[in-house]
Amino acid sequence: MSKAHSSHLGFSGLPETRTDAAMSELVPEPRPKPAVPMKPVSINSNLLGYIGIDTIIEQMRKKTMKTGFDFNIMVVGQSGLGKSTLVNTLFKSQVSRKASSWNREEKIPKTVEIKAIGHVIEEGGVKMKLTVIDTPGFGDQINNENCWEPIEKYINEQYEKFLKEEVNIARKKRIPDTRVHCCLYFISPTGHSLRPLDLEFMKHLSKVVNIIPVIAKADTMTLEEKSEFKQRVRKELEVNGIEFYPQKEFDEDLEDKTENDKIRQESMPFAVVGSDKEYQVNGKRVLGRKTPWGIIEVENLNHCEFALLRDFVIRTHLQDLKEVTHNIHYETYRAKRLNDNGGLPPGEGLLGTVLPPVPATPCPTAE
Amino acid sequence: MSKQQPAQFINPETPGYVGFANLPNQVHRKSVKKGFEFTLMVVGESGLGKSTLINSLFLTDLYPERIIPGAAEKIERTVQIEASTVEIEERGVKLRLTVVDTPGYGDAINCRDCFKTIISYIDEQFERYLHDESGLNRRHIIDNRVHCCFYFISPFGHGLKPLDVAFMKAIHNKVNIVPVIAKADTLTLKERERLKKRILDEIEEHNIKIYHLPDAESDEDEDFKEQTRLLKASIPFSVVGSNQLIEAKGKKVRGRLYPWGVVEVENPEHNDFLKLRTMLITHMQDLQEVTQDLHYENFRSERLKRGGRKVENEDMNKDQILLEKEAELRRMQEMIARMQAQMQMQMQGGDGDSGVHGHHV
Repeated sequence: MSKAHSSHLGFSGLPETRTDAAMSELVPEPRPKPAVPMKPVSINSNLLGYIGIDTIIEQMRKKTMKTGFDFNIMVVGQSGLGKSTLVNTLFKSQVSRKASSWNREEKIPKTVEIKAIGHVIEEGGVKMKLTVIDTPGFGDQINNENCWEPIEKYINEQYEKFLKEEVNIARKKRIPDTRVHCCLYFISPTGHSLRPLDLEFMKHLSKVVNIIPVIAKADTMTLEEKSEFKQRVRKELEVNGIEFYPQKEFDEDLEDKTENDKIRQESMPFAVVGSDKEYQVNGKRVLGRKTPWGIIEVENLNHCEFALLRDFVIRTHLQDLKEVTHNIHYETYRAKRLNDNGGLPPGEGLLGTVLPPVPATPCPTAE
Repeated sequence: MSKQQPAQFINPETPGYVGFANLPNQVHRKSVKKGFEFTLMVVGESGLGKSTLINSLFLTDLYPERIIPGAAEKIERTVQIEASTVEIEERGVKLRLTVVDTPGYGDAINCRDCFKTIISYIDEQFERYLHDESGLNRRHIIDNRVHCCFYFISPFGHGLKPLDVAFMKAIHNKVNIVPVIAKADTLTLKERERLKKRILDEIEEHNIKIYHLPDAESDEDEDFKEQTRLLKASIPFSVVGSNQLIEAKGKKVRGRLYPWGVVEVENPEHNDFLKLRTMLITHMQDLQEVTQDLHYENFRSERLKRGGRKVENEDMNKDQILLEKEAELRRMQEMIARMQAQMQMQMQGGDGDSGVHGHHV
């Protein structure tokens, strides 16, 4: 994790964290255990010779490199909290909504819009189809009641799309995955506590998508203010029963649990600063923000926790994010749909009518 | 102007010196004795540093036992009005400062009714003053009218939010609005300039009337004119508040300590705190005057106009009094006319029998 100054994103190491096949081909099943032999082979290898089972890892790696990855990340938060800048900084490319339209003087939209922008980025021979889903207009109005509904609707629509493909008679070899794997929720750094809207949003959406709360524009707070605020936010989330990613109930084994506990109780929510400008500090070019009183280095762990967030989302937990989305959130949706439909797949109601996806809220979506 | 009593002159060497040039000193002494009253209202979302800024401006701690509510509690809360008064004295000059805080503003998910409480508070103070002013005993009128409102704009947005625009439009005819960009250490210099320009553009676009500093008079000295010009160019002020003393460059300054540097509150290159303080102090008198001459008068004329249609009893009384007064006036006019006529007749009688001016009034 100390490769702070390289441009290495880290996701080319993915096939080694989980040894499953490409996600999109799986029929829903409980998570298959990694293909590790039960007994140590070394005792017998001298006698029986080398079989070559372990080459399966290399085969999978080659395959996934060829097929590439899909990753869909959603950013939610009030206007001006630095969402687009942060996403650009995370993926070291101009991938956000703001990148496609140079005009930064856009007006706040009157209702929440959903804007999905896709890019293909490549590193170390691994291709990733990254989709950034932006939600301009969230929390910006005078009356923000139910402004999370368009977002929930969008997420469920992606599940519905996937479900329809799955139950098709002639299925595609690789179902395109537009489901939201990760939702970064931006908390305003007031220094006091969460806002009522934050609580409402996270309560509703933590059940349908992986939410990673992030404290935006963390350069507003001194170190003490930061740690106090984080503690208060963590406590409020706990008191209100909000399970953010990594959720406690999905920890697989003790190793996962201890690692995730540490992240949950100490690091999260990550207090980040984003920037797409470079400055010279101590002879090195770093991403940062230049102020009259100093330069804030984005990748310096003493300044902010951006590096932790990046490592967490991209270098260690990216595959897990996708798995939890597929095995848990999507499954929950699917089960509910099938139950509502009387155990039959969608599209085959009692009278052969197509039932609407869950839930049906009347809000506009873009694209 | 007699030269016969030199002992009466303050400066006997100047011939023709009357002494009323001493009047401003007398006024000054009287007001210093009386002390100044000023009411400042602060409005803005939670967590923008309003309390810290007020404490920094007046070097006090107005909120000693503050409990900040959590988000769940905020859901149920409505906007409150909390007024705290503090007496500050500096070099013999007393200032009775009332700070009106508005906790709960902008917190709710639906902020539609956010500003009703605030507007009714402002109107109430005007109403009370109007009532006192029209009363019989006008010796000790307490002026609780809001003289100035600091409106805190969040530095995290791209300009004004819909709530900001709606609120300012609702109160710009009732109180002097001074827009302030809070937590200015979030912004780089370029971002700050861009945000200021954006806010000024939006204020103009929505026809919001903020408080305008009066131009320096032509007879003021150059320094003062330059200072006023600088102040006007920096609106809206972007400020940082703090009462913590940090060691920086060998001396202790008020500021905020970050891992990447120290933000000094009183450094004009870091933020506009000093400008805001200067503006407030040098224009305190003007803020009070504008409140009295413009906002209060607006309120009063609206109120009295409406008063004609409002309560029936008051109506009747007023009309009656008016009628009586008019009748009295007419009577007096007639009396005067008769007296004038009489006098003229007498004069004419004395002059002779010209009889030319024979008209009666």
